[in-house]
Amino acid sequence: MNLEKQAYAPICEALERFKRKRVVPFDVPGHKRGRGNPELTRLLGAECVGLDVNSMKPLDNLCNPVSVIAQAEELTADAFGAAHAFLMVGGTTSAVQAMVLSVCKSGDKIILPRNVHKSVLNALILCGAVPVYVNLRIHPVIGVALGMEVEALEEAIKANPDAKAVLINNPTYYGICSNLKALTELAHRHGLKVLCDEAHGTQLYFGENLPMSGMAAGVDMAAISMHKSGGSLTQSSVLLIGPNMNQGHVRQIINLTQTTSASYLLLSSLDLSRRNLALRGKECFREVVRMAEYAREEINSIGGYYAYGKELVDGQSVYDFDVTKLCIYTKSIGLTGIEVYDLLRDEYDIQIEFGDIGNIMAYISIGDRIRDIERLVGALEDIKRLYQSDAGELAYVDSVLPEVACSPQQSFYARKETLPIRKTAGRVCGEFVMCYPPGIPILAPGELITDEIIDHILYAREKGCSLQGAADPVVDHLQVLV
Amino acid sequence: MRKSSEIWFSDLQTEDVSLDIKVKKQLFSAVSEYQQIDVFQSEAFGRFLALDGAVIFSEADEFIYNEMVTHVPMAVHPNVKKILIIGGGDGGVAREFTAYPEIEEIDVVEPDEQMVEVCREFFPETAKGFEDCRVHVIHQDGLRFLRGRQDEYDIIINDATDPFGHAEGLFTKEFYGSCYKALKEDGIMVYQHGSPFFDEDESAFRSMHRKVFRCFPISRVYQAHIPTCTSGYWMFGFASKKYHPINDFNPQRWKERNLKTWYYTTNLHIGAFMLPKYVEDLLEQEEES
Repeated sequence: MNLEKQAYAPICEALERFKRKRVVPFDVPGHKRGRGNPELTRLLGAECVGLDVNSMKPLDNLCNPVSVIAQAEELTADAFGAAHAFLMVGGTTSAVQAMVLSVCKSGDKIILPRNVHKSVLNALILCGAVPVYVNLRIHPVIGVALGMEVEALEEAIKANPDAKAVLINNPTYYGICSNLKALTELAHRHGLKVLCDEAHGTQLYFGENLPMSGMAAGVDMAAISMHKSGGSLTQSSVLLIGPNMNQGHVRQIINLTQTTSASYLLLSSLDLSRRNLALRGKECFREVVRMAEYAREEINSIGGYYAYGKELVDGQSVYDFDVTKLCIYTKSIGLTGIEVYDLLRDEYDIQIEFGDIGNIMAYISIGDRIRDIERLVGALEDIKRLYQSDAGELAYVDSVLPEVACSPQQSFYARKETLPIRKTAGRVCGEFVMCYPPGIPILAPGELITDEIIDHILYAREKGCSLQGAADPVVDHLQVLV
Repeated sequence: MRKSSEIWFSDLQTEDVSLDIKVKKQLFSAVSEYQQIDVFQSEAFGRFLALDGAVIFSEADEFIYNEMVTHVPMAVHPNVKKILIIGGGDGGVAREFTAYPEIEEIDVVEPDEQMVEVCREFFPETAKGFEDCRVHVIHQDGLRFLRGRQDEYDIIINDATDPFGHAEGLFTKEFYGSCYKALKEDGIMVYQHGSPFFDEDESAFRSMHRKVFRCFPISRVYQAHIPTCTSGYWMFGFASKKYHPINDFNPQRWKERNLKTWYYTTNLHIGAFMLPKYVEDLLEQEEES
């Protein structure tokens, strides 16, 4: 990484230059630097609204970058150690979809773990590729799906020698990392492209003593949520490619679904965040690690809760652990993660990232302060004092591996009927059902519904999970294939 | 009439209201790890301390606050041995407690070490509370200090004033819950309740009472007139596991101590719990919500 060059932020500098020119706008956006929408200007601030401008020659164009955006992408690639980087404005969802669409077409097989984000399965609906699921081990205590094991991938490749690509979540939401290097080498030996969903992995590129990043492991493409741990605005993201990908082809794929009016608020936030990470990332993430480790220690000393860390590492299904993640197993105090998640927000004014059936996750980032960590820990202690119940009563099934009966695309477009959920066992599902967050589907189109899965959905609903994806918002009914 | 050569300190109580104090001299100014600390000399209030631009106390009126958070619980609780003061970096509350011989230990938890040093240097009369051998100063976050403590204190005073500053964590349900746990079975917590007069302070005032009312079996509010506080009118919360501030109040026992006060009297003790109608209404609405 060239630190001297990293001190520049070409998009932001172009915006500054543009602002000084006081150009009269007879183009879109029609709010014309906010004057046409004073209420919005009051809410967001004149500076902010004034930067909401359209693509034009001095500011480049994201659909075909040739000047300042191209320079910003080059700097981003350099900062991440990638052959090329694409700035993305449709969320990491768009980066994940671009990865899948770049390497798969209709009928192609793609190997992936079942706990992928819904954006991956949506991409399969778009392109018609067929998923081959790799079974992941579930941790016996915390009930969380672990990393992809090399042997499991080897088996999947053997059984599906025609597969075109493999997609790996690394790190997972819970901080679990796979042996990315070995998985990549294995896949490459068999001619598969390796896609890495690194939505939770920006820090791996800049922090010290953290698990290996996708680009360092040699993956072909990686989707990076800069807006998560990188500090950019919500909905901004980065797609990285390695040397064996065709940059022009990937750009064409991105342009299939990307807006032609990319927001400069998002682009400038990516530019500044990349510069900050390149110049100060090491210190930032040192601080994040310090806060997360402190919180873990304090939470574990309350008793009952289990804030897990490096001790999970076993060299196989947990090849490594990302210590910037703060996930806490709560069922040992007799509360589901969802219940603790709701209590924290409703009773303590603390919003955490998510609660699933057995765990909660508090997102620790470069914007946090120790005093807020004290509040979180204090609230968890108080929740234990006031709401603790008998842990033995909570039986549950998590991460049920479904059987794929039909491709997601075929099932999505197939003729369907709506049945009461209890009557759907044995049928093929025609829609998504997922808990949000984290947005990992319990059921996807084309999957065989079982009683076990129905139990899981109803239990999650009873515990207050927000269920999304199905046509029936309360999921009393499901659409199944006729 | 203001003259052009004068220096005035403006404490912005709301966006539209300020308390202005003519300043003779600025004695100290620094930014600590937690806040901006300023000390001024004035004619009207003597020396006064401002944190992040808001007057915290002055030589002229600190007695009101310090007496009211100390003597009210002390005249109710029959058997006090151990006190915890959260915040309280000026030492004033600790000083009032040292007047009671039966108290064995007074822990003062103040994260800002520099604030304690500034008070020792510029407010020695207030900070002399720190000199008593029963007083221990601990520089730590209040919530962190309370964590894991159980059944330990007879009285806890939350001396933090600003629900939006670095002490934000001391106005939360987790804080009140931690205090409840750290108190003995007949313990009392007294805390700053602020002033509900200006609209922008009302929701913080309401939310404090809502949280404490649900946490402690007894939760009453009392008042005092403090000129340098917002709207000149300040409230305190009395949260208790067992003793009621009026029903269990023992004026005779307190009078026999012959303590010298300037604000607190046993008559005023009862009067302080008699609240204006609009405050009573606010509190009742939160109790019923």
